[in-house]
Amino acid sequence: MENVYDVVIIGAGPAGLSAALYAGRAKMKAVVLEGSKVGGQIAITSEVANYPGSIHDATGPTLTARMVEQADEFGAERVRDSAVSVDFSGKMKIITGEKATYQAKSVIIATGATPRIIGCPGEVELTGKGVSYCATCDADFFQDLEVFIVGGGDTAVEEAIYLTKFARKVTIVHRRDELRAAKSIQEMAFNNPKIEFMWNSVITEIKGDGIVESAVFHNRVTGEDTEIFAHEDDGTFGIFVFVGYDPVGKVFKGCVDMDETGYIVTDAQMKTNVEGVFAAGDIRVKTLRQVITAAADGAIAAVEAEKYIVHSFKE
Amino acid sequence: MIALDKETFQQEVLEADGFVLVDYWSDGCEPCKALLPDIEALAEAYGDKVKFAKLNTTGARRLAISQKVLGLPTITLYKDGAKVAEVTKEEANKESIEKMIKDNAL
Repeated sequence: MENVYDVVIIGAGPAGLSAALYAGRAKMKAVVLEGSKVGGQIAITSEVANYPGSIHDATGPTLTARMVEQADEFGAERVRDSAVSVDFSGKMKIITGEKATYQAKSVIIATGATPRIIGCPGEVELTGKGVSYCATCDADFFQDLEVFIVGGGDTAVEEAIYLTKFARKVTIVHRRDELRAAKSIQEMAFNNPKIEFMWNSVITEIKGDGIVESAVFHNRVTGEDTEIFAHEDDGTFGIFVFVGYDPVGKVFKGCVDMDETGYIVTDAQMKTNVEGVFAAGDIRVKTLRQVITAAADGAIAAVEAEKYIVHSFKE
Repeated sequence: MIALDKETFQQEVLEADGFVLVDYWSDGCEPCKALLPDIEALAEAYGDKVKFAKLNTTGARRLAISQKVLGLPTITLYKDGAKVAEVTKEEANKESIEKMIKDNAL
């Protein structure tokens, strides 16, 4: 039979690539469906400074590249394919991709999460026209321009600091009156002369003809709405959005147990409610979604998948 | 694929007759690099109908902004020097780019 694997790993971020590394080392026949891109969210992250060992040149892309190289070295296969539908009802799991169908003794779901949008008028139309979710992709368009960052978590504040290398002024727009980011990151932001803060505020509309020209800011305390226009000489400004994430698990809906927001429920061994199906990384219900926890999940899932196969597919 | 720069863009795109597809990318843009093999494959398939070109926006920022490109990846289709269609960011994948070519240039 063609395309029969010990384990099919869906997703190629830190969780999927760690699972591939462990599966490869265990001599399992493994394939990673990497979708349209490898690396997951860190592939667009400017700095990954909180993963042990990742200290010099610790950008998301370089870390991703090393993870890919390591997984490849241990023989895990990677294909540019995405799961379109899955059938987990039989002992052999069937994953239908865009390009091929895969049969698997076990499955590791590592599809992760995707940046959430603000959801205000103009946002979708002006994405790539001043509205961005990827600082490493788009920062250099905003050389000497003004930039607004929406959000108050680690990612928002870290990317704000990164953007000060390019932008003339960076304003963090946060809906509360204090940041959620780690204290050390906050301190760096407060000490950065290019960073300003707009507290208790949200963006309710983004306007522009082809590119961002103005945005409406709503103060949640005073109830006041203020429209800010780009400086005449600039013509535009940037709006970078980092307001959390949504799980990427639509394909698995109804196939495995999820919480009400769509994250997959597992036990500490990464087992879902379906025998032989595991979940790892950001897609899972958990308290800390970081590279380090994703990598740990991936390792555990691969080891547990191997145990499951040895136990359930005895000759 | 032709590699454009700010000196050649005018002639190769804005003053060109027929269809030109421009892949806007940059050194720091990982999604752009991931997309490039797909664009090269499309260039193989449709290269006789559409001229395929790419512009590294690092060092050509003003040019990109003048084309209202402020985010990557962006793939723009021009006809006789005028923008006729564009896909950007999450929408910029092989299927949507192929559709853009089919809908406009075939």
